[in-house]
Amino acid sequence: MSLEDLNTFIQSIEPAAEVVQGKQFPEVMVPDDRLHQLALELKENPSTAMDYLICLTGADFEDHMKVIYHLESTVHNTVLVLKTKTLSRINPVLPTVCDIWQTAEFHEREVFDLLGIRFKGHPDMRRLFLSEEWGFPLRKDYVDEVRIVDR
Amino acid sequence: MGEAEQDRIETQEYLVNMGPQHPSTHGVLRLLLKLEGEIVHHVDPHIGYIHSGIEKMCESLTYPQIPYLTDRMDYLSAHMNEEAVCLCIENALGVEVPDRVKYIRTIFSELQRLASHQLWWCVMGMDLGALTTFFYGLRDREKILDIFEETCGARLTLHYSIPGGLMFDIHPNFRNRVHEFLNYFREKLPEYDQLLTGNVIFQERTRGIGIFPREAVINYGVTGPSGRASGFSCDVRKHHPYSAYPFVSFQEALDDRCDTLARYKVRIREMWESMSIIEQLIDNIPEGDYQVKLKGVVKLPEGEYFQRVESARGDFGVFIISDGKKSPYRLKFRSPGFSNLSALHAMSKGWKIADLVAIMSSLDLVIPDIDR
Amino acid sequence: MAFSIYDFSSFTQSIHEGLSNRLSPAGTLAVEWVIVGIVILLFVAVFGLFLVYAERKVCAFFQQRLGPMRVGPWGLVQTIADFIKLLMKELIQPARADKFLYNLAPFIVIIVTFLAISVIPFAKGLQAFDFDIGVFFVTSITAVGVIGILLAGWSSNNKYSLIGAMRSGAQIISYELSVGLSLITIVILAGTLQLSGIVEAQRAGWFIYRGHIPAIIAFFVFVIAGTAETNRGPFDLAEAESELTAGFHTEYSGIKFAFFFLAEYVNLFIVSAMATTVFLGGWMPLHFGNLEEFNHVMDLIPPVFWFFIKVFFVIFLIMWFKWTFPRLRIDQILTLEWKFLLPINLFNIILMTVIVLMGWHF
Repeated sequence: MSLEDLNTFIQSIEPAAEVVQGKQFPEVMVPDDRLHQLALELKENPSTAMDYLICLTGADFEDHMKVIYHLESTVHNTVLVLKTKTLSRINPVLPTVCDIWQTAEFHEREVFDLLGIRFKGHPDMRRLFLSEEWGFPLRKDYVDEVRIVDR
Repeated sequence: MGEAEQDRIETQEYLVNMGPQHPSTHGVLRLLLKLEGEIVHHVDPHIGYIHSGIEKMCESLTYPQIPYLTDRMDYLSAHMNEEAVCLCIENALGVEVPDRVKYIRTIFSELQRLASHQLWWCVMGMDLGALTTFFYGLRDREKILDIFEETCGARLTLHYSIPGGLMFDIHPNFRNRVHEFLNYFREKLPEYDQLLTGNVIFQERTRGIGIFPREAVINYGVTGPSGRASGFSCDVRKHHPYSAYPFVSFQEALDDRCDTLARYKVRIREMWESMSIIEQLIDNIPEGDYQVKLKGVVKLPEGEYFQRVESARGDFGVFIISDGKKSPYRLKFRSPGFSNLSALHAMSKGWKIADLVAIMSSLDLVIPDIDR
Repeated sequence: MAFSIYDFSSFTQSIHEGLSNRLSPAGTLAVEWVIVGIVILLFVAVFGLFLVYAERKVCAFFQQRLGPMRVGPWGLVQTIADFIKLLMKELIQPARADKFLYNLAPFIVIIVTFLAISVIPFAKGLQAFDFDIGVFFVTSITAVGVIGILLAGWSSNNKYSLIGAMRSGAQIISYELSVGLSLITIVILAGTLQLSGIVEAQRAGWFIYRGHIPAIIAFFVFVIAGTAETNRGPFDLAEAESELTAGFHTEYSGIKFAFFFLAEYVNLFIVSAMATTVFLGGWMPLHFGNLEEFNHVMDLIPPVFWFFIKVFFVIFLIMWFKWTFPRLRIDQILTLEWKFLLPINLFNIILMTVIVLMGWHF
């Protein structure tokens, strides 16, 4: 599917989404409230069939936090990058995709653990690596009090 | 046992803590098991005991320093990990490395895969109670580590690939040593089948155990040999070829039986494939430079870069978000073990404790790879 | 004092007479008991240590290693050093263990092995107690050992131990059947339960030869079931290292652990000794029908050596199992017993009865 086709396809599902050609893969930016619907459609629709979630990354950009989904279609052997962002730093919440790709259950817990983004609808939103009282180390304003990383 | 029969006996579920120190979790993985008698009802992996914050550390390291840390994640596929980082940086910089580098990297990756699978094989046997396999596997793995040591001085955490090429050229004796090893191991690999694969007890313990169909495998992102055993064609070497993989012909080991025995057999077949790949490359290493000189301070152009390689455990990805400075803004490792572990509960639910051990062993988990 | 390495009965008889002359009958009995106790104790300690050494060497050679080499020539003193280390180790007790049962369990296990050893005929006249129900005594007394294992697992207050103990209980009780039935197959042929009588009956030929087909089947069933009885690989579920860390003895340390450890090896010896006594002719030398000269040479080897050669053969067989086979799962173990070994055994007994009735044995 070419970029134009992808653009029209995604616009037909979700007009608010932006499709751009990234450095390596087509990238789709979608508002957080429409994420779940678009993700479901991307997986279920046979023309995209994005059934394999390679990687789910959270990143902090000071004024907003992004979650980046690398999707692959095992049918068409294409990769697509789906992005969404949240502006809140106090209580960032995004919809979960773990009912669509079950591997997201672990990946979302990791993002929650390291960045503090909660995923609405996740069945088991606990911290994964760190203890409850720890801060969110991958946030840029995280203070490394015991100086583990920064020297 | 039928439903009605079970109701008559009053039973109670109980919790068992398997790990963090347990012989078959191979590291500090802790599984909270909910058991009914011997039957596993729920597996809740608690990880993070060796979480070392590598992703956070990378944010304050320069690019050439990063491969040092990736070696320590999945220490059994150290070279694949560092190769992924190097490829990602090279792609971002638009640097084309000489063919010689590609060939040597591929040979190293495949040797590393062999070494990793050998260790997995001996540990798999040990988990199932056949302790002798452990020494057979280590005996052969030692030969590969000797080859590594001769060329780059290290045996486990190699740090041989650097952004732009290789740290050093190969040892003059490298070719002979690899040939010697291939001839040796071609005779020894059938021993593995004689000792373990053909054993009736082993087959009874693994056949039909932990069946995980193709849809579930894709859904849980289980990759590598574990995914391919369920018919999920996920070999990055085939689908997104890198380094010297476009120059070689090899079979992707696929199986559609989806059980523990299939996962075992796929790995054994991969060992044969790895040997064939090395064989195709070892005599054709082109002459040339072993590295491209990069600038003193490596700065990636602003943007996002994603690079995947096939590590011994599956689809290993490096995702770099660069803001144009000398260290990455955000760096994420997609480690195969992490996704594979996420499927452990679904895979082992309803099986016995002994099966859980076999299933876990067939997933080939390396804990630092999961915790990072 | 008459002493012959070929026949210990005159030797033991002379000790008995010597004691009777000096002491009252009750005193004689008491002193004899003490002597027997000390001899068995020494035997268990020395032979147990030797078996541990042997297993380490055998396993090492299976695994292409050398095994212990540093302490003493060929590492011979290694197990003694290890045993001294075990003796000096701290005895740790889990906080909420059932103290009495926890401390009792290792003693039950080790005492049972002493009792079983007391009826084994090592050579002619070298047998502590010659019951007329020897076979029955051994099978029943070794079954008591499972109580020790169950108690150890139960009282340790550890779930791994409990699972291990329960597995062991299910397993030993099942395999007890096969051990008993395969011995009974030979008892039918021998016509006696007395161990010395069974050995004596094999003067004309070992039972594994005389009973041909059913005896060979019974021998294999006995070795398999005996391996399971001793909780050794591939039937070592009770202590399945990769699943239950150490099973029923997870929480034991020091000398109490050493008891379990020693008991395992002595049980191995008992199973092998029973196999030797019942199937392989006990201390009888190897004879071939008409080869007079060969038979004469074989007779020169003392019976006690014959006994140990055969025992080591069976021990090696059982070690071979352990170091090549993966472990079975609990349901597979029970399936093997109840669906395969037991029916085979029952059929085998009928076959043996028919053969004995018709006189088809040699």
